[in-house]
This record gives sequence, C-alpha cells and structure tokens, in this order.
Amino acid sequence: MAETVTFKNMALAKAINESLRRALDTDPKVLVMGEDVGKLGGVFRVTDGLQKDFGESRVIDTPLAESGIVGTAIGLALRGYRPVVEIQFDGFVFPAYDQIVTQLAKMHARSLGKVKLPVVVRIPYGGGIGAVEHHSESPESLFAHVAGLKVVSPSNASDAYWMMQQAIQSDDPVIFFEPKRRYWDKAEVNTEAIPGPLHTARVVREGTDLTLVAYGPMVKLCQEVADAAAEEGRSLEVLDLRSVSPLDFDAIQASVEKTRRLVVVHEAPVFFGSGAEIAARITERCFYHLEAPVLRVGGYHAPYPPARLEESYLPDLDRVLDAVDRSLAY
Amino acid sequence: MTVESTAARTPRRSAGSDAGATGAQRTTSTTAKKAVPAKKATVAKKASAAKKASAAKKAPAARKTGGTKPRSAEPHLVQLLTPEGERVRNAEFDPYVSGVTPEEFRGLYRDMVLTRRFDAEATALQRQGELGLWASLLGQEAAQIGSGRALRDDDYVFPTYREHGVAWCRGVDPTNLLGMFRGVNNGGWDPNSNNFHLYTIVIGSQALHATGYAMGVAKDGADSAVIAYFGDGASSQGDVAEAFTFSAVYNAPVVFFCQNNQWAISEPTEKQSRVPLYQRAQGFGFPGLRVDGNDVLANLAVTRWALERARAGEGPTLIEAFTYRMGAHTTSDDPTRYRHDDERAAWEAKDPILRLRRYLESAHHADEGFFAELEIESETLGKRVREAVRAMKDPDHFAIFENAYADGHALVDEERAQFAAYQASFADADGGK
Ligand SMILES: Cc1ncc(C[n+]2csc(CCOP(=O)(O)OP(=O)(O)O)c2C)c(N)n1
Ligand SMILES: [Mg+2]
Repeated sequence: MAETVTFKNMALAKAINESLRRALDTDPKVLVMGEDVGKLGGVFRVTDGLQKDFGESRVIDTPLAESGIVGTAIGLALRGYRPVVEIQFDGFVFPAYDQIVTQLAKMHARSLGKVKLPVVVRIPYGGGIGAVEHHSESPESLFAHVAGLKVVSPSNASDAYWMMQQAIQSDDPVIFFEPKRRYWDKAEVNTEAIPGPLHTARVVREGTDLTLVAYGPMVKLCQEVADAAAEEGRSLEVLDLRSVSPLDFDAIQASVEKTRRLVVVHEAPVFFGSGAEIAARITERCFYHLEAPVLRVGGYHAPYPPARLEESYLPDLDRVLDAVDRSLAY
Repeated sequence: MTVESTAARTPRRSAGSDAGATGAQRTTSTTAKKAVPAKKATVAKKASAAKKASAAKKAPAARKTGGTKPRSAEPHLVQLLTPEGERVRNAEFDPYVSGVTPEEFRGLYRDMVLTRRFDAEATALQRQGELGLWASLLGQEAAQIGSGRALRDDDYVFPTYREHGVAWCRGVDPTNLLGMFRGVNNGGWDPNSNNFHLYTIVIGSQALHATGYAMGVAKDGADSAVIAYFGDGASSQGDVAEAFTFSAVYNAPVVFFCQNNQWAISEPTEKQSRVPLYQRAQGFGFPGLRVDGNDVLANLAVTRWALERARAGEGPTLIEAFTYRMGAHTTSDDPTRYRHDDERAAWEAKDPILRLRRYLESAHHADEGFFAELEIESETLGKRVREAVRAMKDPDHFAIFENAYADGHALVDEERAQFAAYQASFADADGGK
C-alpha cells in the first residue's frame, strides 16, 4: 500500500516514481510500459523498483519500437487498461508520432465519445544535460498543435507527483513532458494535499512590472531571472503554466492586465512555438493593457546544436533579462 | 610508423562510376553473374578471387542458402575459427577466404587490436571528462572488422553509433568519430569521402537509407553493394521491417548486418524476438544466416558471400553476427543492474582477438616481432587519439546557424543577426567598463 505522507526533500524523478507506484497500487488497470523501464528502472531510474514490486505483467519491458509501444497502449486502453508509456528520450517519440497523431488523438471524436483512450505518454525532454543528438529536444508544440491531445509539463517534484496522478486519471490522452534537467531537483511533496486542477497555471512569484511565463525546465530559470531583476528594483511576476494544452489564458490575462508586459520563455524554437500562440491570444485579449509587444525567448530555427553549443542555444539568465529590458524599454 | 588502417583508400563520391557494363546484370537470376571489376583494395581483390574459387560451388551454395528455402530451425552458426583458434572447415564458406594470405591475417589482427585500443582510449577519455559519452564496441571487433574488410571502396556503409571498427576499415580517421561524443558536432566526417555514412542514433532509421541507396545503385546499373549495420534491439523497429520489405520487393543490393550483442541496453534479445534473428529474413523472402560474431574470418567470409549475392543481382541478405557487448551500453549505463558477470566471463573465453592470435601463432603466420611492433603502434595510436581529442576546440557559436538549409532561409539569417547583436552587446558592456 502506498503511504500518504509528506516527503520533505524529494527529487522530481523520484516523485514521478512514487506517483506511478501509487497508481499501480490503487488501480489494477494501470500499466507501465517502455524500453528498459523494468529491470533497469528506466535510463533515468524514474520507474526504479516498480517491476520488482508489481511484476512483469504490470511493468513491461517492451521491444525497441515506439510505434509499437504507443500502438499497443492504444489497444490496451481499448480493452480497459490505463497504460503509462515511456518514450526514452524526446527525440525518439517520432516513430510513435503517427500512432499519437492519427489514432490516439482522434479516437474519441471518431467514436462520438464512445471510446476513451486514457493513455499517458511520458517523455523526458529538453536540453542542458550535455547529451548527444536527439536527447535534448523540446517537441511540445508538435503535440499541442493536435486536437485530442492534452500536453502538460511539471516544473517541480510536487507538481510532478500530482500531475502524474491526474494525467493517469484523465480519460483523455496526455503527453507528459518531464523536464529531464530538473529530474534531480528536490522539493517537498505532500501526498495528502488536494491538488488544484491539472490544466491551470500557477503564480509562483508575484510581481507588478512584467509577467514571465514558462513551464517545465524554464520555470526555475524565470524565478532566477526574477531574483536578479529584483536586485535592480524590478518586480517580475512568474507564472508556471504547467499545461501547454489546454493553456490557461485566463491566468496569463489576469497577470498581464496587472503588469502590462509579457515575456514567454521556453526551450523549444520560438518559430511556431507555444510562445507564438500565447503572444497572439494575449495580444487579442489584452491589446489595450499591453505597454509592449509580447516577447519570446527560446530556441532558434536551427537543429538542436551539439552539446558544447547548447548554452548558446538555450535561454539563460542573460537572454531572458535582455528580453525583460527590451520589454521595459517600450 | 603508420597508424592508419591497412587498406589504401582513395576518396570517391559514390558508386555511379561503375555503371554501364554491369547494368544488365541487375536481375534476379542467380546465373546472371559477372566477374567483379578489378579493384585496388587488396582484400576486395581476394573477394573476386574467392568468387572464382567458389564458382563451381555456387549452385549448391545457392540452393542451400539462397532464395526463400528455409534454413534449419536450429540456429546454425557459421564458424571458421574456434575460440581456441582452430580452423574449422566449411565447404560453403571456405572458398570466400581460401585466398587470405598470412599478411592479410595479420592485417585483420592489427585492425582488431588497434580498434580495441582506440575504443579503450575513448572510454578513458570519457572518464576524464573529455567526451560526454562513449558507446564502446568492446567484444564486437571481429564482426566489424570481418564485415568491414569484405567491402570494396565503392560499396556504401550505413552504421549505427557503435561501428568504430567498420569506420576504421573505411579509412575514417578514428579521431573524427569522437567529435559527436565530445559534443562539438553532430557528424564529424564527410560521408562521401569514405562511403561511410554518418552515425545514426535513432534506432533503425539507417536500414531504410541503406535500402534506398541500394535501390539507387541498382537503378544506376552499378555493381556496388550497400551494407546496413544495426543491433538486435533495432530488429524490432518498424523501419527495419520496412527496409526488409522494400529491399525484397526491389531486390536491392543491400546486406543487413545485425550485430546481435545479446543486449539492447537492459533488454536481452528474448525481449525482441521469439526466433533467432537471422530467421526473420525468411518471411521477407531473402536468405539469412547466423555467423559467429567473434570469428573475424567467418565474418569476412559470410559478408563476402552476401556482398557477392548483392552484386550478382540476387538481392538482400541478412547476416546475424552472434556476439556480445562486453562493456556497458554506453558510459552512462550500469549493466550490473540487469546482467550477471558470469555471462560476460563465458564470452571472455570467446574473445575475437585472442582466438585470432592463437590461430596466427599455431599457423606460424606471425612472430613475436609482429606482436611487439603492434604493441608500439597501438601505444602511438592511443597517444594520437588523446592529443587529438584534447586539442578539439569548441565550435564557434555561430555554427548553430550554419547548414540548417542548403539554400538558406530568411528566418535563420534574421536570428543569426539578432544573435550577433546580442553577443556584441556583451562586448560593448565589457568595453564600456
Ligand atoms: C528510436 C530510438 N528509440 C530509443 C533509443 C534509445 N536507445 C539507444 S541505444 C538503444 C538500444 C539499442 O540496442 P541494439 O539495437 O541492440 O544496439 P546496441 O546498442 O546493442 O549496439 C536504445 C533503446 C534510440 N536511440 N532510438
Ligand atoms: Mg544489442
């Protein structure tokens, strides 16, 4: 039986592990599937110990085939299971992209609501870990662009725990982006707390001069930016979106109506990125409140660079501060 | 003393130059054969010699292994050298290596020793923080050198990320393999200089590229062949199955060379297949066989056989080289979590280098002087690799914006300019102080 207690200092990866453990424990229909998720416990150890405790029929080492993983998860879901599948790295989801986009996303609509596919696709994503090609990408917009999918990304251990619980309980397919460079970041996790809704943003720091919006790995950076800006007498509000689809525009609007300035930060390329959608909608909603155009900080329109160049590619403190300065200069 | 690979090698772009005379040979008929044009590479020359030698045996050989006739359900291992280094006779495959001279035997040994040395050096460099990651080929030297040395210059290779021994055979400077593992580039060599494609990390993709390339070779009427490397885990990927389908339907001159090293990270081969992997070929309508992956001579023989089939218009072949990943999956991996040491110990006894050494010694193909000299050469290579890696500079930041497109792109130009202005703002700030 999973215990309901408060963990003072739990790593984000461990929080997901505990959340999966709880789900496996409380719902016999929950399955964990993926490459190396069993004995090894996943390359990031997110599923560590689960196969030992729940057996090979619940925690399944699959053949090396992502289309197979998601395709069979769809079949299992049709049969009443709730599969949580792991894609080993962001860059390896694409063999499964067809199943996700053409099948997983559309089945509910096609069946006029008769068929629900409660599949969670876990994807460790993002850069900053000095990895080789295909191990550092941020493809969330490629999924958010597809109706029928929900796309979320926690920024801290507590959210990771609770958002995973909620994603598994969701009757819609959820693409669960895990910020791999934050896997080892620790925070308090209260497994008794009653969480807020899955798809709402949260103000993680209040401010009056400008709103910084981020999710996943960039939330921590934005908090650091706010600290740095505070030293210069600037009061920045930081919003953790938590969900990319649906997107909590109300929360962003409320913040922007107060601060009148918005900078969106993500690792993904800005071109057709989630920041573009946010900029467009917020411009519509807050046209008369805005003192400056919505600015975006993110990756360039270039393939993710080799590790020794990723620092120049990824948003960092200076680049976000630069955008903050530009916004405030209007 | 040279530390380059043995085969003399001239850069060439692709196989198109061989088009013409042999074009008509690209048929499915097993009788439509033609002598391989003379090639510079010494080992390739032996291949055509082996072909002549095997001509008489060709018909029965084809009956036994060719077409769609199923082989025995028992995994049958082609082995020409036992782990003790004894030469085993094999009527079917001996002809492909009967012409291997003592010098060439020493060459194969040298290739394996230097490849292993390079690999060990790379692992050490990762430990020292010079590389971000390394995927060791330890234990797979025979599969890679044997198959790699069967190739002609005009053949084309599609590797995974572990084919350091094949790269060596192709004459790719080993230090060029290290750039992507150090994180200074995503490639590191010109694929067309050595007909050795870039490493492919996304499992299985390259099997289709190899098949398409082979379809092109066939369209050109050239008698080059293509070889695709992949692992036991990769055999599960849709791309690999589709490559089998396409290559069979188009009778593409491609050899699928699967190194079954028993593990796909933590998953043993049983998690990928119920049948021995080489038997997968049957269902697609082309021959497959299993070779002792730690026997360099057998790998040379079966790859020559498969390449010859490709050149003769007989289409694809699947070779399953039965071997073992002696090290971790990569330097990031901890195999103690999923496999026992005794398994490794059992494979240690089948070491590819040790067995060839035993053979060389018992056949008096090499003396102490040879081994001593090789040791020195090995040291020299290690030193060169260390120095080259440490001297590898981080690329200029603007490299991010280079080569995303062949014809350029307005947004890339705009972002490059913004990036430049941003970088310059630091210089201004510094200058202002
Ligand atoms: C499409 C894809 N999925 C997952 C991975 C992660 N991954 C890298 S190597 C590997 C195992 C490969 O095993 P195998 O094909 O047997 O080759 P080996 O590493 O043993 O040489 C996996 C799962 C990947 N690189 N690409
Ligand atoms: Mg393998």
